Amino acid sequence: MKSCLIVDDSKVIRMVARKIMQELSFETIEAADGQQAIDECVKRMPEAVLLDWNMPVKNGIEFLRELRGMPGGDAPVVIFCTTENDIAHIHEAIEAGANEYIMKPFDSEIIQAKFVQVGLL
Amino acid sequence: MTPDEFNYISTLLKNTSGLVLSNDKAYLLESRLMPLARSNDLTSVEDLVRKMRATNDPKLATSVMEAMTTNESFFFRDQKPFDLFRTELLPQLMLDRAVQKSFRIWSAAASSGQEPYTLSIILKEEAAKLAGWRYEIIGTDISHDILAKARAGMYSQFEVQRGMPIQLLVKYFDKIDDQWQVKKEIRDHVIYKYFNLLESMLSLGKFDIIFCRNVLIYFDPPTKTKVLSEIARVLQPDGRLILGGAETVLGISDRFAPVQGKRGVYQLTS
Ligand SMILES: C[S@@+](CC[C@H](N)C(=O)[O-])C[C@H]1O[C@@H](n2cnc3c(N)ncnc32)[C@H](O)[C@@H]1O
Repeated sequence: MKSCLIVDDSKVIRMVARKIMQELSFETIEAADGQQAIDECVKRMPEAVLLDWNMPVKNGIEFLRELRGMPGGDAPVVIFCTTENDIAHIHEAIEAGANEYIMKPFDSEIIQAKFVQVGLL
Repeated sequence: MTPDEFNYISTLLKNTSGLVLSNDKAYLLESRLMPLARSNDLTSVEDLVRKMRATNDPKLATSVMEAMTTNESFFFRDQKPFDLFRTELLPQLMLDRAVQKSFRIWSAAASSGQEPYTLSIILKEEAAKLAGWRYEIIGTDISHDILAKARAGMYSQFEVQRGMPIQLLVKYFDKIDDQWQVKKEIRDHVIYKYFNLLESMLSLGKFDIIFCRNVLIYFDPPTKTKVLSEIARVLQPDGRLILGGAETVLGISDRFAPVQGKRGVYQLTS
């Protein structure tokens, strides 16, 4: 089973995302900020990361840059999932190594479409 | 709604657009026509039918047809056909047309434009190889409303997220408030026209590749056969036809045969 790390400071969003990812047959791991997410990745690299942008402690883009510098950190498919929906943010995310980008609000259809696009479904 | 009223609408739809409405779809008729009834100051779909019968108003008939057709579409729908187009059909076409250096593609049920714009974006991505080439993409549909949306090339955040890869989104769309508009350089390669697939296609000219996806499913077998034989007349002898995932020519038309190993792609039989 493929694993997906869900990184979001909102418990509700994590729950919604978890339900969707489990429906899509992913094993899910959760983190409430970028630092917790790094700790999870040190333990075990997930196949995919669903990543919020604005979070306390360490935000999504900081997490992503750090992840891409870690041993094995280029492997996970990282999909941003954020309310930031302007072109500048999207460019910044792509440059930092994001594979895809979901603008909130999202639904299961969009998540599924994006995971198909990146070849994980 | 009485069976007689249902028959009136379903006959009208069949004759004007080919759309077949089976008896179990009465609920669909109610839910889709109620808003139209209201906007005509009528309180029920029955009243709408009565008015149509009394006035024979062609505008009302068109509105009914537009309300009953399914316009759902998305960018890179099903992905595979567009991968095939980019990696196999286009390179082959460029070999076959190396002298003329031009080709024409038809999106035969273009709806709100996602299919022709997907093709236009793919071709723009291949611009280096296509230097010196001319190409046009014709997008046609029976619905004037949907064609207006296609021409504008303006999509909601929800619509662009169903299928458009993020790199291509930021490259080929402008963000205008909460909407995303296809850039002019992509729109300029697409020409939209009103066209009813039940009519003779010869006025459209010849095409090298025809995408006719997710529209034949709404027609009955004799209509499918007729549309496919018309398509055969406007496809170049070495051209290719691409159908939707739930559509086939098998048992419907002997003018086309599946291309081995390329799902959904058909060629003319000799
Ligand atoms: C479901 S959409 C398909 C859009 C696109 N080809 C795709 O696969 O995503 C079907 C379209 O066919 C159009 N249509 C239905 N009957 C038609 C006819 N007789 N002639 C031309 N277009 C028709 C409808 O207006 C609608 O926009």
